[in-house]
Amino acid sequence: MTPAEIRDEVLDILSNITPDDDLGGLVDDKPFREQLELDSMDFLDIVMELRKRHRVQIPEEEYGQLASMGSTVAYLTPKMCDIVKK
Amino acid sequence: MIDTLIIGAGMSGLSAGIRLAYYDQRVCICERHTTIGGLNSFYRLRGRDYDVGLHAITNFTPRGTKKGPLARLLRQLRFKWDDFALAPQKGSAVAFPGVRLNFGNEIGILEAEVRRAFPRQVDNFQKLLGAIVDYDDLNQDLFALSARQTLGEIFTDPLLIEMLLCPLMWYGNAREDDMDWGQFCIMFRSIFLEGMARPFRGVRLILKNLVRRFRELGGELRLRSGVQRIKVEDGRAVGVILDDGTELLAKRILSSAGIVETMRLCSDPTTTERPQRAGQLSFIETVSVLDQQPEALGHDRTIVFYNDSDRFHWRKPSDELCDLRTGVICSPNNFLYDSEEEQLADGVIRITAIANHERWAALSDEAYALEKLRWYDRTAAAAVRFMPDFRGRVIDTDMFTPKTIHRFTWHDNGAVYGAPDKQLDGATPFQNLFICGTDQGFVGIIGAIVSGITMANRHCLNAAEP
Repeated sequence: MTPAEIRDEVLDILSNITPDDDLGGLVDDKPFREQLELDSMDFLDIVMELRKRHRVQIPEEEYGQLASMGSTVAYLTPKMCDIVKK
Repeated sequence: MIDTLIIGAGMSGLSAGIRLAYYDQRVCICERHTTIGGLNSFYRLRGRDYDVGLHAITNFTPRGTKKGPLARLLRQLRFKWDDFALAPQKGSAVAFPGVRLNFGNEIGILEAEVRRAFPRQVDNFQKLLGAIVDYDDLNQDLFALSARQTLGEIFTDPLLIEMLLCPLMWYGNAREDDMDWGQFCIMFRSIFLEGMARPFRGVRLILKNLVRRFRELGGELRLRSGVQRIKVEDGRAVGVILDDGTELLAKRILSSAGIVETMRLCSDPTTTERPQRAGQLSFIETVSVLDQQPEALGHDRTIVFYNDSDRFHWRKPSDELCDLRTGVICSPNNFLYDSEEEQLADGVIRITAIANHERWAALSDEAYALEKLRWYDRTAAAAVRFMPDFRGRVIDTDMFTPKTIHRFTWHDNGAVYGAPDKQLDGATPFQNLFICGTDQGFVGIIGAIVSGITMANRHCLNAAEP
């Protein structure tokens, strides 16, 4: 997956978690927490969804990497570059 | 092998089941009753639909709200706000002799009422709001403080204290006489700061959404499958034996049966934990179907919490079947349903009073039927002191008692809010047995759902386990 595809995938996960939110205006370098008011339960869900969909493992001490869209894509790129987008 | 076996298909068990099935666990929910819902269930009688449990859903926040338990549970269960179709209340009241405080889903209404009825307490009321905003849910030490004592340090008028305690104890206090300060803060937020609402179709809409989602995700629901025993080996729960003798093995068990009840199901005789106290508070509820809308009688309140003296008594009646000094009057008609045409076909008045489970359970069948009739009349007579007299408009009635609640929930004493000592972390002496639901500490429909989700996340979903 390219960084752009990974971004789309993360957006899809977020829209799945918050179906009532409009994600069109999401700013990549601002924390999700500020824009979507995600709490720790939601971050657990992002991690679980990535594992469920792509078998990507994220150790607990690295959850902090998922703070914003920009940091999430940067963190996931090496982990997901070999995955072929379906 | 089942990954997680859940005891009880109420709000908390179904919600936990959805979370775990969504993440590909093999989940089985065992329910003793013939139907789902537990305390919050529904039935059909003589051509009419009735709800059990639900008066109003508390913790209501409007569409688009991102904070609070309702928004969180919708996200966690992947529901849209519209799936619950919640219509806000018209407005409710706390009624004591000679004084009435109205409130609604805006805290400003209650603030104005306190200003009108208790002008000297206005600043103290602001102090209380500050204390509630600052209250830290996770601080177990503050949780068990006495609400009566803490309120006594804030207010100088004992009547206002009683009037605030009355609705909050009615909607979620398992302790007699006093309330945990933590529980007071949680209930204050859920009723006064957030608000009350109801789906037009009642609790069945929410339950049907939950059970449909659970099944779509591959979850297994076994009705008429009471758990007779939890099998324990070497300090671990290994599975359950059902009432019909079937044995099911599971990696872990999440029980909504109540803490006392769950511990009793465990067969390990070596457990030396102190015995937990079961809850005592149970209710009767009368349902009166009217030939007109309550509003046509001059009754526009969604809920009225009444008390007939200046002191609010919250304990099990010892020498009578019921205590009618305080009660709750609920009209499911008095919600702001979507359009003018959308209104329940019949007028409905439900009245709840405190009752003694042992006394109801000890009655012979014949005496039970007679006492139901007697207490229906007495309950209605007690309530019309605080609302227009509806008794000439009644076309059908029903009633449930602590015996009914016990049959639906299997909780000791038919205790509606469970045991007085809550197990906030959901842990038990067994490392892979956890509790959720009322005895974990959250009450109400939204509370029960959040409890199921939280305990599933914390104890049954391990993000590190492939």
